[in-house]
Amino acid sequence: MTFALDIDKLTCIRGHRVLFEGLRLSLSAGAFVSLEGPNGAGKTSLLRMIAGFLMPAAGTVCIRTEAGVALTDGEDRARAVGWLGHQDAVKPQLTVREQLTFWGQLYGGGAVVLGPFGLAPLADVPGQFLSAGQKRRLALARLTLTGRKLWLLDEPLAALDAAGKALVAETVRAHCAAGGIAIAATHEPLGVDGLSLHLGAA
Amino acid sequence: MSALRRLVARDLVLAIRAGGGAALALAFFAAVATLVPLGVGPDLKLLVRIAAGVLWVAAVLAALLSLDRLFQADFEDGSLDLMALSPLSLEAVALAKIAAHWLSTGLPLTLIAAVLAVAYGLPASGTVALVASLLIGTPAVSAIGGIGAALTLSIRRGGLILPFIVLPLIAPVVIFGSGAVLAELDGLANGALWFLAAFSLLAVALSPFAAAAGVRLNLGS
Repeated sequence: MTFALDIDKLTCIRGHRVLFEGLRLSLSAGAFVSLEGPNGAGKTSLLRMIAGFLMPAAGTVCIRTEAGVALTDGEDRARAVGWLGHQDAVKPQLTVREQLTFWGQLYGGGAVVLGPFGLAPLADVPGQFLSAGQKRRLALARLTLTGRKLWLLDEPLAALDAAGKALVAETVRAHCAAGGIAIAATHEPLGVDGLSLHLGAA
Repeated sequence: MSALRRLVARDLVLAIRAGGGAALALAFFAAVATLVPLGVGPDLKLLVRIAAGVLWVAAVLAALLSLDRLFQADFEDGSLDLMALSPLSLEAVALAKIAAHWLSTGLPLTLIAAVLAVAYGLPASGTVALVASLLIGTPAVSAIGGIGAALTLSIRRGGLILPFIVLPLIAPVVIFGSGAVLAELDGLANGALWFLAAFSLLAVALSPFAAAAGVRLNLGS
């Protein structure tokens, strides 16, 4: 079995408004989807539904692991998801290394890697002195630490410079090449080959 | 288990480093506890009688000061999302946060209460009873406060509502906590500590589940 994600007839209602309905999406290992659509189209809601935070109004989301186990329950799916939210979850009081070490241990993931993300010179700098782009890099480094197969990225390019954007593309490409799946809600092309799903104004 | 301990350690560091709530709670507690004897005047008999009540009320209010941020800081910056997706259950996350809150406020409050009791002329036996009651009762304050903090998570300025949700549930802790000290001073049979222990155990055992349910509700909204 390969790792796969199946979304069937998914409907999202937020504040009495139907954002999308009957959404179907089947992805298998190595797939990348760029999720597009205007503000308020339900991109973040879809990501939060896949991660199990939001209950869909109708439809199902199923993650199939390599062992052939189907994860349909939200709490079970949560354990397979790597999350890069639009907030960076960076604590001002903790240094870059402290934060990554903590999350690495919480997720039981691998060793902390700083170099490729341009964080090596910042290892002992507290979060409060990081720029928005540097916080984004920290969040990206944390995402790779989680060791999760299904990546959900919400505006991954926000606040990043050209090198940072290239880094995101490269990281996502490597993740997909290693048999993972990535879905990114984004307003500008990530520069990764894959499908694109347009929400809203249907 | 080690992930749970890591989370407790991280929350402790956050509470103690600049911007954390631990120092504020302790300063508030010390200020109230030292000001009351100055305001009441040097009537030692009266001070001995009100010592436990004042210190208990001050301790609960000081703990409440930092309780509203128990989940909120992590909710606002997205950390709570990442915790919910981690191998730890939300119940374990709630338990870790409650434990860290008690270790960073409840425990130090208990220790400095022993010193502050001197300002009230509390005899040694009364001080021992006070420290015992705080040691047993403050975990219940952190636990019940944790439920309130989880429920008011997505409410703007939820800290204003938190005391109204939490105080009725914490009232028994204050009643039996200070009651235990008074019973000791009066030389009465002291069942209050046992009741306090039972209440505290129940609160600590049940609150992670209630708090996790509250967090889940707010993450899904």
